[in-house]
Amino acid sequence: MFQEWQDKFVNNFITDDRWKYIADGLVTTLQVTFFAVIIGIVLGFLVAVVRSTYDKTGKLGILNALCKLYLTVIRGTPVVVQLLIIYFVIFGSARDISKVAVAVMAFGFNSGAYVAEIFRSGIMSVDSGQFEAGRSLGFNYVQTMRYIIMPQAFKNVLPALCNEFIVLLKETSVSGYIALQDLTKGGDIIRSRTYDALMPLLAVAVIYLTMVIIFTKLVNILERRLRSSDH
Amino acid sequence: MTTNYGDTLIKVQNLHKIFGELHALNGISEEIHKGEVVVIVGPSGSGKSTFLRSLNLLEEPSRGQVIFEGEDITDKKVDINKHRQKMGMVFQHFNLFPHKTILQNITLAPVKLLKKSREEAERRATELLRLVGLEEKAHAYPSQLSGGQKQRIAIVRSLAMDPEVMLFDEPTSALDPEMVGEVLELMKKLARDGMTMVVVTHEMGFAKEVATRIIFMDEGQIKEQAKPSEFFENPKDERLKEFLSKIL
Ligand SMILES: Nc1ncnc2c1ncn2[C@@H]1O[C@H](COP(=O)(O)OP(=O)(O)OP(=O)(O)O)[C@@H](O)[C@H]1O
Ligand SMILES: [Mg+2]
Repeated sequence: MFQEWQDKFVNNFITDDRWKYIADGLVTTLQVTFFAVIIGIVLGFLVAVVRSTYDKTGKLGILNALCKLYLTVIRGTPVVVQLLIIYFVIFGSARDISKVAVAVMAFGFNSGAYVAEIFRSGIMSVDSGQFEAGRSLGFNYVQTMRYIIMPQAFKNVLPALCNEFIVLLKETSVSGYIALQDLTKGGDIIRSRTYDALMPLLAVAVIYLTMVIIFTKLVNILERRLRSSDH
Repeated sequence: MTTNYGDTLIKVQNLHKIFGELHALNGISEEIHKGEVVVIVGPSGSGKSTFLRSLNLLEEPSRGQVIFEGEDITDKKVDINKHRQKMGMVFQHFNLFPHKTILQNITLAPVKLLKKSREEAERRATELLRLVGLEEKAHAYPSQLSGGQKQRIAIVRSLAMDPEVMLFDEPTSALDPEMVGEVLELMKKLARDGMTMVVVTHEMGFAKEVATRIIFMDEGQIKEQAKPSEFFENPKDERLKEFLSKIL
């Protein structure tokens, strides 16, 4: 029994350095997630600023309409479809484009829509008296946002932003649809070589789970820190 | 109304504010002179806050003008932020910045808007903190202060901009009774030092003692105004008589 498992292990991970599919896949997954999160945060921040400026002042009407369209489309379609469209339609003729770059763009663009709503709720959660206090001191709209509203909003949403990172980490597992060798795809390649599904896929699952547990722990610690420094 | 105070600081002409169907301000014309302490009273919903907030355009008038230091600040071409720097405002709920220390609360606007150096702003802030007896709170956060302390800091924050006028909207209404006194004391001190003040309040004792003039508002209009003695002893408007009988 033990011998059988050991053979399977060797066959799945040691022979032909198959573990490298998993290791390289993990690196790719982390790369895509990391850069997509950055794009998502920048994009989400900009969209949230436009949206809440429109809500508060009635300005930026056209931009606001564009943002709403973006949010509706992104949140109304599956991320896999978005990934496929970006790869095969938008970059359809640019065959030499890096798949990692495409995945970063697709997941970043996707994440931006969710981050935007996180930021927006954070901005809205800051008491309106804060805004009035800023304006009454003579700060203009942008200064009030920058010095008074945003720091508070950011603090409010930091845990939610970290959770978005965790969600994204798992979502990138569909990267295989454009034949990008991420963690999931790496495990799947081993399966197709060894005809053993259990071990490589279990390994993949355990790695995702471990990462999610670690990040969730970190978020919890962060949340507690923020609450204890809640001034 | 003619008074013996200084030049006109704020002049309001035929001010209207309409919220949807509601006529919150219904044609107000009034002048605030330098050195005056004008107290505004009136029943709930009579438009006191709306009027006060129109003075620094936190509430944008639907019609009429607000002229501050001779300039029509309702004019769209005017940089309202410049004028607001000279009109301090104190709110019922303090609105201190919770993410900043007391010192940072006070120095933020002088540093960013008046371009004071940090040292200069902090020196002035410390002076003001000493004035209100809260120097030891300089590095505390607002959440670590009592309501009365918060409100005194909020007043100091406005004072740090060296305003020409201070607007107060029910500054003691959110305070526990035992903390009302310390805030009123500070306001009296400001009044004695010649600060021009417009104060919405239910503190009739303060009005009697400090006001140079009391305005009674009802249904978005100024129904009566007089010196404190006259106001309390010889009210003419029926609604004012009714109002006074309820609160005195
Ligand atoms: N932003 C707003 N939108 C709609 N209606 C408003 C708004 N602000 C005030 N009002 C209405 O305008 C009227 C005057 O309000 P205001 O706050 O000026 O009264 P107030 O005299 O300050 O009352 P209180 O003593 O209760 O503070 C009220 O009927 C109020 O409901
Ligand atoms: Mg009010």
